[in-house]
Amino acid sequence: MKKTVFLGALTAAGLVGGAAAAATLDDVKARGTLNCGVTTGLVGFAAPDANGVWEGFDVAVCRAVAAAVLGDPTSVEFVPTTGKTRFTALASGEVDMLARNTTWTFSRDTDLKFDFVGVNYYDGQGFMVPKSLGVTSAKELDGATVCIQTGTTTELNLADYFRKNNMNYEPVPIETNAEGQQQYLAGACDTYTTDASGLAATRAAFENPTEHVILPEIISKEPLGPLVRHGDNEWEDIVRWTLNALITAEELGVTSANVAELAAGKTDSPETNRLLGTEGNLGEMIGLDADWAVRALSAVGNYGEVFEKNIGEKTPIGLARGLNAQWADGGILYSPPFR
Amino acid sequence: MTTMTDPPQASFRLSQLIYDTRYRSYTFQFIALMLLIALMAYLGANLVTNLAEQGQNISFGFLAEPSGYDINQRPIEYDSQSTHLRASIVGVLNTLIVAFLGCLTATILGVVAGVLRLSPNWLVRKLMAGYVEAFRNVPVLIWILIIFTIMTAVLPAPNAFRGDDSESSMLFGSFAFTNRGVYTPAPIWGPGSLVVVLTFLASIFGAIYYRRYATKLLYDTGKLLPMGWPSLVILFVPSILVYFVMGQPISLDYPALAGFNFQGGLHIRGSLIALWFALAIYTGAFIAENVRAGIMAVSRGQTEAAASLGMRPNRIMNLVILPQALRVIIPPLISQYLNLTKNSSLAIAVGYMDVTGTLGGITLNQTGRAIECVLLLMLFYLTISLAISAVMNVYNKSITLKER
Amino acid sequence: MSKDNIAFHRTHMLPEAPPPATETGAIKWLRENLFSSVANGLLTVVAGYLLLSLVISAGPWFLNGIWDSPSLTACREMLDGRTGACFAVLTERWNQLLFGFKYPDELYWRPTLAFVLLFVAIAPVLFVKFLPHQLLIFTGLYPFIAYWLIWGGSIIVPVMALLGVLFGVLVYRRTLTVSAGVAVLAGIVGAMVFWWIAGFVTGSAAGFLALEPVASRDMGGFMVNLMLGVVCVSLSLPFGIMLALGRQSDMPIIKWICVVFIEFIRGVPLITLLFVANVVLAYFLPPGTTFDLILRVIIMITMFASAYIAEVIRGGLAALPRGQYEAADSLGLDYAQSMQFIILPQALKISIPGIVNVAVGLFKDTTLVSVISMFDIVGMIRGPILASAEWNGVYWELFGFAALLFFITCYGISQYSQWLERQLQTDHR
Repeated sequence: MKKTVFLGALTAAGLVGGAAAAATLDDVKARGTLNCGVTTGLVGFAAPDANGVWEGFDVAVCRAVAAAVLGDPTSVEFVPTTGKTRFTALASGEVDMLARNTTWTFSRDTDLKFDFVGVNYYDGQGFMVPKSLGVTSAKELDGATVCIQTGTTTELNLADYFRKNNMNYEPVPIETNAEGQQQYLAGACDTYTTDASGLAATRAAFENPTEHVILPEIISKEPLGPLVRHGDNEWEDIVRWTLNALITAEELGVTSANVAELAAGKTDSPETNRLLGTEGNLGEMIGLDADWAVRALSAVGNYGEVFEKNIGEKTPIGLARGLNAQWADGGILYSPPFR
Repeated sequence: MTTMTDPPQASFRLSQLIYDTRYRSYTFQFIALMLLIALMAYLGANLVTNLAEQGQNISFGFLAEPSGYDINQRPIEYDSQSTHLRASIVGVLNTLIVAFLGCLTATILGVVAGVLRLSPNWLVRKLMAGYVEAFRNVPVLIWILIIFTIMTAVLPAPNAFRGDDSESSMLFGSFAFTNRGVYTPAPIWGPGSLVVVLTFLASIFGAIYYRRYATKLLYDTGKLLPMGWPSLVILFVPSILVYFVMGQPISLDYPALAGFNFQGGLHIRGSLIALWFALAIYTGAFIAENVRAGIMAVSRGQTEAAASLGMRPNRIMNLVILPQALRVIIPPLISQYLNLTKNSSLAIAVGYMDVTGTLGGITLNQTGRAIECVLLLMLFYLTISLAISAVMNVYNKSITLKER
Repeated sequence: MSKDNIAFHRTHMLPEAPPPATETGAIKWLRENLFSSVANGLLTVVAGYLLLSLVISAGPWFLNGIWDSPSLTACREMLDGRTGACFAVLTERWNQLLFGFKYPDELYWRPTLAFVLLFVAIAPVLFVKFLPHQLLIFTGLYPFIAYWLIWGGSIIVPVMALLGVLFGVLVYRRTLTVSAGVAVLAGIVGAMVFWWIAGFVTGSAAGFLALEPVASRDMGGFMVNLMLGVVCVSLSLPFGIMLALGRQSDMPIIKWICVVFIEFIRGVPLITLLFVANVVLAYFLPPGTTFDLILRVIIMITMFASAYIAEVIRGGLAALPRGQYEAADSLGLDYAQSMQFIILPQALKISIPGIVNVAVGLFKDTTLVSVISMFDIVGMIRGPILASAEWNGVYWELFGFAALLFFITCYGISQYSQWLERQLQTDHR
């Protein structure tokens, strides 16, 4: 007799699901929540805190989109995905967008039929070793045992790097960052490799972070960014320009503290006005209302604020802005103009 | 159109299709077939639409492309420039390796534990019961993780072996137990080693032949030849002679700490050990129960009859009980082997690169070809289990023939 | 001969002498059970040594255990170099281990209540001889109550689901006179139609008597293992019976379908089926349809378990003497009646140990969902708990706890099945 629950649930799910074939924006609005794919847990980027509330740099992007579209940064359903499940989750529509430190590559953009909406973190793959090992350069790692997360571009970069430098290594494949951390700390591998930001985040969670160094070599380009399904251009625009709004806001000096004040009336800067919807009708053009950017910004703050709050130098993760500074400050963060 | 193949009688009415037992089965089969076809068509249509919508297609071309990733345990030549197909084959071989090792160890463990569970010794009996219950009632995944944890978190890192007064030292100077696995000496096959190996193989056959001959002689004439020491002599003496005659072609390569890791010797990785032991101990508990049930299925009269003939307990076990019990034990034993092979797919939890790890793991991730990879993966396991089922059927047939 | 010729004769009975010391009490027991031969004695000593060393090494670990500390570092400080366990991780993360990290705190009473009610619901099934049959009504209602408690939402949904079932049964009863197969089919179609119509009602009255809804991806911990185990085993029983009957059927097409299905499912590891649920199933559903991962996993595990249960039941069917089938036919019973009254009750009885084995195996296999990034108890341990800065490095306590939970459940089930086997032994051999 218990099969009925199952069938009942199935019918219910079918009825809910039946409506999901329309455009993503309508789905999200109808559902009232944004389904956002994140990692299973990487402190600083996306991890649940002690109360189960997701926090982090990638999480902030999801919250900003939710605030822009739904008006509520908390109406986000975070779907933890592994390297293996993330693309299927997005392709099957289980999530509306993926904000899971995913590297923008040619084949992912074209062959896997996704669209990267931009770059929220310019990263590169690095190595972390215990200080006691006495290694100062990745070139000295010949013969080392390397812990590596499977299903990521890091795996391919690693193979390329060692082959190019004619070195041997012993890969120890691991599924999640948590496992990598355990293996590395237990000494089951000499070095742990992943994106430099991820290394910093992982190191921050160690008991004695100072006993580990991140080697200077960065062996790859890893532009990380949110992505959406290919083909739904309206939704893609919304996610893209929400990200750009965060970046532009920093450039224009709009913060979560002053956004309400600036949005109250017209300012001297026309671009600020356009961004905050007091001038022009940019919101309308992407299918939202005029206040969309105001909501996003007051929910999470501008790019700089998000960075400082989650992964910046004052946090345990302690990443410098580096490449991720605004273009005017010597970085390569450059948002197209709001016009 | 199944219903219509049978030409209806003149008096055939449509209602007979439901009410008449002669036709009802056709109706049902027709409905079932139609439902099946409809379901298939529905799923197929969805697949085609979904693929078209995402602009993808089903293609196995990716198998011929370079994989781009490295695998630590390589039974055959492989590097990151090899194809995905080759990576899958490496995975298949790794699966077979762990399955073979696991089955072997599980059988030994299971038979010992099963026999000891019936031992007259109370303490041993209870201990074995404890082992069987503890392992049968806890998921194998948890055992794999526990043994893996022992491997990585308890054993020392290779660094601990460094220096003169190191924290850890190698067993007999040749075995190193580290958290990256166990390093043991490996044989080096020099020129002429083939002769030694062939001699040894020939000795094995010789020993078997000698034992057969001795048994035959015993049955035919009642003359009792010694069995034990002559077999040992036949087994080892020629090989040892040849070994020295050929100038000691086989030597051992001892592992030594060099650079980051131990170099040389044979490296049995922690992931393999965790998987192998966990599967063996877990499956061993099930085999122990099969063995026990098999032995108990041999009626007590057999034991008593053998004892009344004056046979010693060892001989009773070997000559009377086990041959009869085997008939009961072997079919479930084979299905345990099958289970072990299927459970070896849990390798993914400890990063052992079996076929689930390569084809179903990294290749799937890197190429995004989920359908193709999972399909191939299923085909592989299906082939193995059908092959084992076929063996089992042959075996079952062979023992039914003997029955009266 | 007179008595006088005999030098000595006893005039009264001697009192019973106690048996020699070697033949009595503890010593006899020791001799017989532990030291009956030299080899046995050696074995005893070895086994005793092993046991003793285990106790000596694990004893202080248990006794010195710290039950209250905020983190591993704090715990190690409290232990101050002694051997000891940090059971504090269990107390501190208790709720996470049982309910996952996202189930709302204030709603823990709901799954707990559902868990308690589970015992009330299965008791009449487990102890069918000792409890009144009326209690079975509650068992029938339980799935709907449990669904409502765990997932929340409007009470209309489970009520409608229940009504759909009742409607289906009604249709089944009405059409039973035609033929069993038709009746089953009609019953299922009837229920489906009812649910389809009810879907509109539930959609419009979503807030009626509603508990706060909880999404299934917010569930985790041991709760997920229990849910998957209970749901999948209960679902797979009817499917398994149908598959077994189908495989025994003399209709070639139906038989063929069942054989292929069973052999396929039994030939692949569960983990590949979970991969299917996780990464492939979406391709086979209408575009845009998504449903919960947990539901997809339930479907796959149910299919998996059905195939195994079908094989067990097939064994039971095959073990029945041919005469039982013939007897049923000679009584003039049709297929459905003979199955319902003669064959299945006996076949199922024979199959009980096998079914319990499958159930236990299945329950253990629910831990595999951790591999596809679901946070069941193993997933919770490997993911959020071991990765947290506070508890990084606590292995034994956590894995030991998970192992203990499974051991208690599985050992309990297998003990019950042995008891039931004895209860059901009606043949007087």
